Amino acid sequence: MKTVSSLLDPHWYERYKRISRLNIRSSIYDVTNRCNLRCKGCFFFSSGEHERAAEETDLGRWEAFVEAEKARGVNLAILIGGEPTLCLDRMEAFYSRLPTFCATNGLIKVPRDRFPDMMIGISLWGDEEDEKILRGKDTFAISSKNYAGDPNVYYLYTITPRQLGKTEKIVQKIRDAGLKIHMQLLSNDEGVDGFSWTPEELLAIRQEMDDILDAYPDTVVSSKYYHKIITSGEMLGRRFGWQQCPSVTQPLDRRDPRPRRLIDFIRWASDLKTMHRCCTSETRDCSTCKDGAAHMSWVMVNKRAHMRSTEDLQNWIEVYEMFAKLYQFIPW
Amino acid sequence: MAMKTEIGKICLRVADIMIEELKLEDVTAETFDPDLDLVDEVGIDSMDLATVALVIRDEYSIRIDEDDYPKLTTIRKISDYIQQKQEEKAQAAAG
Ligand code: SF4
Ligand code: SF4
Repeated sequence: MKTVSSLLDPHWYERYKRISRLNIRSSIYDVTNRCNLRCKGCFFFSSGEHERAAEETDLGRWEAFVEAEKARGVNLAILIGGEPTLCLDRMEAFYSRLPTFCATNGLIKVPRDRFPDMMIGISLWGDEEDEKILRGKDTFAISSKNYAGDPNVYYLYTITPRQLGKTEKIVQKIRDAGLKIHMQLLSNDEGVDGFSWTPEELLAIRQEMDDILDAYPDTVVSSKYYHKIITSGEMLGRRFGWQQCPSVTQPLDRRDPRPRRLIDFIRWASDLKTMHRCCTSETRDCSTCKDGAAHMSWVMVNKRAHMRSTEDLQNWIEVYEMFAKLYQFIPW
Repeated sequence: MAMKTEIGKICLRVADIMIEELKLEDVTAETFDPDLDLVDEVGIDSMDLATVALVIRDEYSIRIDEDDYPKLTTIRKISDYIQQKQEEKAQAAAG
């Protein structure tokens, strides 16, 4: 039988042991149905999920709900929306009880006196021009001022096909703002012209992601194996999609055979009762889904499959470390 | 894993369950070191443990609390746990 220590040298074995018992149990929460932007391609609004459930407005109910989530074993609350920062009290209901991550467009500055070390991921969809086309404004100009130099903030850069050849400039801007960056790819849920990926573009962007990781290792939080998987949709000879996705809400998961998946994962709507199908939207075509967290989780839940060789297991460790850093389970 | 005692038998059966449920290769119940760390060496995770726990529950009629997972780090520790739970059950039934 192949054992972990027979595959890894002492340095990699130490890295493995640092993450092997983290046992991350995440769930995702729509904090609100509202947003101060309306991006073209936002899965939340394009799928109609913002109208699926009426927001719970009683703060006491949010607090009780978070307590119940904690009792259910959740140890990572991922706050999305809509725009969570429109409801700081609800965010605080999570932050004061659970390790909490907030995904935001960065237009509203989270007060650090109330949320001193909460990890914040700011969405970014490209350069000034693309941001104006897709999101109606250059959000970076505002968000980078709000968060410059904050050690618990990174940009979640959703790369679009039009960003080919331009990603390095973005990384430099983020580095100059004293922040970090993680990358995923646009799924183009609303079919905006010119923003869907061709196979050639996916190959080219993989190379570009690898190059910027090599050139800016202190700024880019990523791994080449992740780049390979998110651009090819393949891992160990399997194809990503509905049958493989780990990020499906557990009580709604009727798949048979059931793939390896996130234990007890639920994506909750803002009424605190309705569950959404998965970490993105029900209307998204799984065969073209490029969601970064779902791809990372796909790797993470398939650890033993990566014990085929030293290289495979090292790849698994790098992806797990990347996730653990992005959600504050280990330092940068 | 040449053990003839009751705990030895449980160890062998737990090893068998692991091999079968987790499709472990190049190992038999007899060659599976009962003191090998399941997370640090075999690479199992909590989903694997939950799968194994279900079979153990059905076979030994005991429940493995999820809160106890972190201490069940070897086949021997799982086997001790099973034996202890069985004894507790027998005592409760007798009492
Ligand atoms: S900022 Fe986020 S939630 Fe708001 S519209 Fe854009 S993608 Fe959707
Ligand atoms: S849309 Fe993506 S995240 Fe959702 S179930 Fe499909 S593959 Fe998974």
